[in-house]
Amino acid sequence: MKSFSYERPESPAAAAAALAATPNAKFIAGGTNLLDLMKLQIETPTHLVDVNGLGLDTIAPTPEGGLRIGALVRNTDLAADARVRRDYGVLSRALLAGASGQLRNKATTAGNLLQRTRCPYFYDTAQACNKRRPGSGCSALDGVSRQLAIIGGSEACIATHPGDMAVAMRVLDATVETVDALGHERAIPIADFHRLPGDRPEADTTLKSDELITAVTLPKPLGGTQIYRKVRDRASYAFALVSVAAVIQPDGTGRVALGGVGPKPWRVEAAEADLPRGAKAVTAGLLAGAEPTRENAYKLTLAERTLGAALTEARA
Amino acid sequence: MADAGAPVGPESPVMANVAFTVNGKRRELDLDIRTSLLDAAREHLHLSGSKKGCDHGQCGACTMIVDGRRINACLTLAVMHQGSDIVTIEGLGQPDNLHPMQDAFVRHDGYQCGYCTPGQICSGVAVLAEIEAGIPSHVTADLNAAPEATADEIRERMSGNLCRCGAYSNIVEAMTEIAGRPA
Repeated sequence: MKSFSYERPESPAAAAAALAATPNAKFIAGGTNLLDLMKLQIETPTHLVDVNGLGLDTIAPTPEGGLRIGALVRNTDLAADARVRRDYGVLSRALLAGASGQLRNKATTAGNLLQRTRCPYFYDTAQACNKRRPGSGCSALDGVSRQLAIIGGSEACIATHPGDMAVAMRVLDATVETVDALGHERAIPIADFHRLPGDRPEADTTLKSDELITAVTLPKPLGGTQIYRKVRDRASYAFALVSVAAVIQPDGTGRVALGGVGPKPWRVEAAEADLPRGAKAVTAGLLAGAEPTRENAYKLTLAERTLGAALTEARA
Repeated sequence: MADAGAPVGPESPVMANVAFTVNGKRRELDLDIRTSLLDAAREHLHLSGSKKGCDHGQCGACTMIVDGRRINACLTLAVMHQGSDIVTIEGLGQPDNLHPMQDAFVRHDGYQCGYCTPGQICSGVAVLAEIEAGIPSHVTADLNAAPEATADEIRERMSGNLCRCGAYSNIVEAMTEIAGRPA
């Protein structure tokens, strides 16, 4: 691991200012993704700003009837919160489908949103990767791509967002709250938080370089049957090949988002009108324009079938 | 790799003083801040029970119980644990005074080579506490009901602890016994 300096600021704005004050500084919270990447010298921050002392670790009701989740609420605590289990079951389910017990005890809400891709070429420093080293090329395009994106990618990058939690947050229409070095606050709809790679795949999100996530807010509960269905290479502790977050109402209407298929949680609101017609119709709209590789074209079928299974479960 | 010309960090290692409680004793160390909690325990406190398997949070051999929760000690910096209460396998029990979970692993043959065992046992103790505390898992059928220590629950919750000898079924039996359920 490369050498770095370290500080523990006392307030969110001070943390954002500390990040802005040093080139190539990074926030560290749970550390479960960042330290892994630092050991591999994929991330080489010169300075770590440890935000663990900032509080930001409570879940509180909002005046609108939703919940405001502090950035440092651990994945275990968010999944186990009685209100989340009762009113936002898809979020509990998504969290519990991710990582291991040990990792969920450390990983935070904000850190989970900011986790980097698990593309094998991002992890292999001997390979070209535009996300890791801008301008170096993308080894994945002609490489082993069965895990990678079928939609939303570009000529520069076909990496996926690897997380589960964000897929549930996308279906719930969560909002990401931030503060910057000047103390300015901002609310970013989750739909606009993760970005498509285009010709700048090194930027995973629309956060500014001095912005700290302080909370994630959920609107008031949607009711319905809430399902998170994840398909992976082993029964536990693996990233999604395809996942489906679904909130289905008794009349068959609802919302769905997919994980494991694109650079961000994949939701197309217009396609949801077809939910009463079934998975095939919805998937046609949801994945219109998909450009899979030869190795990951199976995800088109898998997404339709996984959504079908979720809809069957919702009707049961 | 960082690009040529990218900002570089300090040329010499940055040191920090870290104080925490390990197995009930207050310990103070001067450490290179890059030191993981696992390396602090193994290399500096000579508590070599916790094992370094993958050093990337994939195998669980380094599992410790920190402030009451199991974590991968390889994926956290010691300097981030100022004031923490840390329990390693040595703190759970000793050869002449085994923790009930250690005793159950011995009686049920919950290991073969033993390398993953300290992590398995720390994780196992914490898993039963998590079930007791009502924390749900991926296989909990009803999110709003209290989970039980069934074999399915134990297997799912222990998925962050790999055992290449394949002692899994005996680990489940040891944990099931300690959870007070018929095997």
